[in-house]
Amino acid sequence: MKRFFKLFRRGNVGDAIFQLVALLCGLSLLVIMFGIIFELWINTSLSRQKFGFGFLWSTAFDINGGKIGALTFIYGTAISSVIAILLAGFVGVGIAGFLVEIAPRRLNRVVGFVVELLAAIPSIVYGFWGLIALAPWLGTYVVPPLQAVFGWTPLFAGSYIGSSVFTASIVLAIMILPTVASISRDVIQAVPDTQREGMIALGATRWEMFSRAVVPYARNGIVGALVLGLGRAAGETMAVTLIMGNNAQIFTSLFQQGATMSSVIASSFGEASDLFLSSLLEIGLILFAITFAINVGARLLVLVFANEPRGGVRA
Amino acid sequence: MSSLTSSSGHYRRRKLVDRLMTGLSYASVLVAIVPLAALLIYVIIRGAGAWSPEFFTGLPQLFGGGGGVANGIVGTLILVGMASVMSIPFGVMAGIYLAEYGDNALGGFIRFVADTMTGIPSIVAGVFIYGLLVLNMGGYNALAGAVSLTILMVPVITRSTEGVIRLVPGSIREAALALGVPRWKTTLRVVVPAAVSGIVTGVLLSIARVAGETAPLLFTAFSSNYFNFQPFQGAMPSLPVLIYNAARSPTEAVREVGWGAAFLLVVMILALNLTARLVFRGRVPGG
Amino acid sequence: MEIVSFGKDETTVDRREAMKERKDKVGARQKSPGQPDVGRPEEPVMEVEDLNMYYGSFKALADVDMKVRRNRVTALIGPSGCGKSTFIRSLNRMHEVVRGARAEGRVTLDGEDIYASDVDPVQVRRRVGMVFQKPNPFPTMTVYDNVVAGLKLGRRRKKSELDEIVERTLKQAALWSEVKDKLKESGMSLSGGQQQRLCIARTLAMEPEVILMDEPASALDPVSTQKIEDAIDELKQQYTVVIVTHNMQQASRASDYTGFFFIEDTGKPGQLWEFGETEKMFSNPERQETEDYVTGRFG
Repeated sequence: MKRFFKLFRRGNVGDAIFQLVALLCGLSLLVIMFGIIFELWINTSLSRQKFGFGFLWSTAFDINGGKIGALTFIYGTAISSVIAILLAGFVGVGIAGFLVEIAPRRLNRVVGFVVELLAAIPSIVYGFWGLIALAPWLGTYVVPPLQAVFGWTPLFAGSYIGSSVFTASIVLAIMILPTVASISRDVIQAVPDTQREGMIALGATRWEMFSRAVVPYARNGIVGALVLGLGRAAGETMAVTLIMGNNAQIFTSLFQQGATMSSVIASSFGEASDLFLSSLLEIGLILFAITFAINVGARLLVLVFANEPRGGVRA
Repeated sequence: MSSLTSSSGHYRRRKLVDRLMTGLSYASVLVAIVPLAALLIYVIIRGAGAWSPEFFTGLPQLFGGGGGVANGIVGTLILVGMASVMSIPFGVMAGIYLAEYGDNALGGFIRFVADTMTGIPSIVAGVFIYGLLVLNMGGYNALAGAVSLTILMVPVITRSTEGVIRLVPGSIREAALALGVPRWKTTLRVVVPAAVSGIVTGVLLSIARVAGETAPLLFTAFSSNYFNFQPFQGAMPSLPVLIYNAARSPTEAVREVGWGAAFLLVVMILALNLTARLVFRGRVPGG
Repeated sequence: MEIVSFGKDETTVDRREAMKERKDKVGARQKSPGQPDVGRPEEPVMEVEDLNMYYGSFKALADVDMKVRRNRVTALIGPSGCGKSTFIRSLNRMHEVVRGARAEGRVTLDGEDIYASDVDPVQVRRRVGMVFQKPNPFPTMTVYDNVVAGLKLGRRRKKSELDEIVERTLKQAALWSEVKDKLKESGMSLSGGQQQRLCIARTLAMEPEVILMDEPASALDPVSTQKIEDAIDELKQQYTVVIVTHNMQQASRASDYTGFFFIEDTGKPGQLWEFGETEKMFSNPERQETEDYVTGRFG
């Protein structure tokens, strides 16, 4: 602020104006961010007044009767995202480890490039493919063996008809895999070779070197990658809208259908008005809050724990 | 002391674990490649099969032959074009701000917000603009759609611009300043041109990202089965939303057109990505 | 690397018997804890025969013959780029972490060729340890865990056994008094010199026969350097040390044998130009280049 007036006084009008314009553009980001929060808050006043905090743990979904609760959808988002990150996490870190520690340098770069391209495929295409191609394939080759072995458990009970939480979670996992893998790869690659040498010199096998020296060092970055992947899965709309079935229920079996916060907004928005609309917007606000928290959490994790392995007081 | 070739049970176990883990990591690569390859192959085969002159010039026919997606192609170009016009100036200037004037608390806060915004679910952007513009402008329209895409583009362009500008060597700036060039001119005429290929990369990548977005458009530009060249009035069709409609259609012919559109969309986005990454590869600022 | 020789346990037992006999015969020192089974001091524990090393098609080292004598300190000196580091890494097959690096020739440890096709480098490195130029403690581990990091790879040991090893090796590395109250703190909370001694203790915990040191003090301040040199002096009573150093005074002070590496011309492979007892190498070397180097005329 003081800098402006200094510049003006010195006659550097050009510099002052330029800095001002740049600052305004920078501030526009803040305006957008807080604008979203503010506007969502205002437009959900109807629903917030009617339902209060109970909105968060109500599972009602009676459009005509005017009762709706968010819990069903928070549940759907949570379960599908967690399954997705569990699947994508192991595979993603496995790929990252392979690329950095095992693959020749050239292969690492080529595959890395391809993985980044794959992250660019739009979610509508994933959704379309998941519904038309993957769901039937899973039904033929994966579901029967699963039912044979685990069919007695509540998790895999019931019959599979294609669109289900199961299929949606798998498609989510495939969608976030490139993100998790490429961030993990960068993080693992950044581990200094001196760490690897130190463990190897003690007589470690490659796996021991990886698990005892590389992964602990890269721990925070890997967790960051996982949390970011989780956030992406939670915010995903089109694939789950097409594949999860849009059934507002607290499902117990993965083969059942369900709904997430984003899918209910996408599918019910058209016919919504007044209270229902306000409730949908409130679900949107909750979704925003949750993904915001996940994102901020991931960054804080890296910030706070980045000091742990490298810090401490030097004598 | 043991001989170099003797092997205790413990050692054998360690080697076994090493072999097992190596095998698992190979397996994880397979697990990743197979579905992604399957998806691409499927989209290519079904999509290319749907490409025809009618596909590129016709309008969607919900009953009968399926038609084409010409209105969606035009619509996407309009929406993405409008969004770019709005987001590039703001994004690039914000990136310049962060790089040149942003080493303070405010800059740090803006940086933090920008990073967080890249993680906002796109549906939230759509819902936000619905409340802000659609309700106040009397209905779905292209501007609302473009603004919702702009919200998604600006943070990405900002951060990538900041990154590239920071890479420009200080020596270039110092040389210009030493010659008496005012700071703002230095930035605009010297630093930005040096970083321009990186900036273009960031812009292309953000365009590629929003060209495929469906959710925000559902609440802002909505959809139409006709051409619309009006930016402020009337729903604007787009490729992603047409695909969404086709995916839910019971008619096989309509779904076929949907696959053609999906293939087209993937081709466009991959082309943008490849262009972006190869453009930057060639030129490094200052180098 | 293939796992080999199941059921070679008899061979191990036979070897142990043979070692015992030799010990008894020549009256070698009594084995104390932390001391590898000893042969006679001064005898070669490692012999290098006709060693050539390549990075891809580039020949980095040619025709090296050397005997590393037990319980002695062997220093490797020479101008930069002459292959000293490459050579020392061939002694525990560490060069193999670099893709394309290759060693041809024979390097024996107690008579066994470490480059034999059925030898796993993992086993070699248990017996030939290495301390690096830049201290590299594991930052996510405590001081205690750093010391036992290598042991934890092997069979399970009781806590009391580990405690004893930690104390003993930290004392041998001249670090115990400074860290005995900090064992549970992060390895990174120590100063540079302390970290390097921690790395030495970590290597000692493995009870290697030979300890390789690649310029261990070059990244440290003079006070830490002195402490490291003192530690090395103590170590040679129980271990064999091979040390690469740029510091001529260090070499002449601390070592018993010295090897001078030299490169004839750029692009040519490095060679072991001269090798002999340190006293002779520094006062009356055979070759002109050696004399030029140790008197500081170049390098």
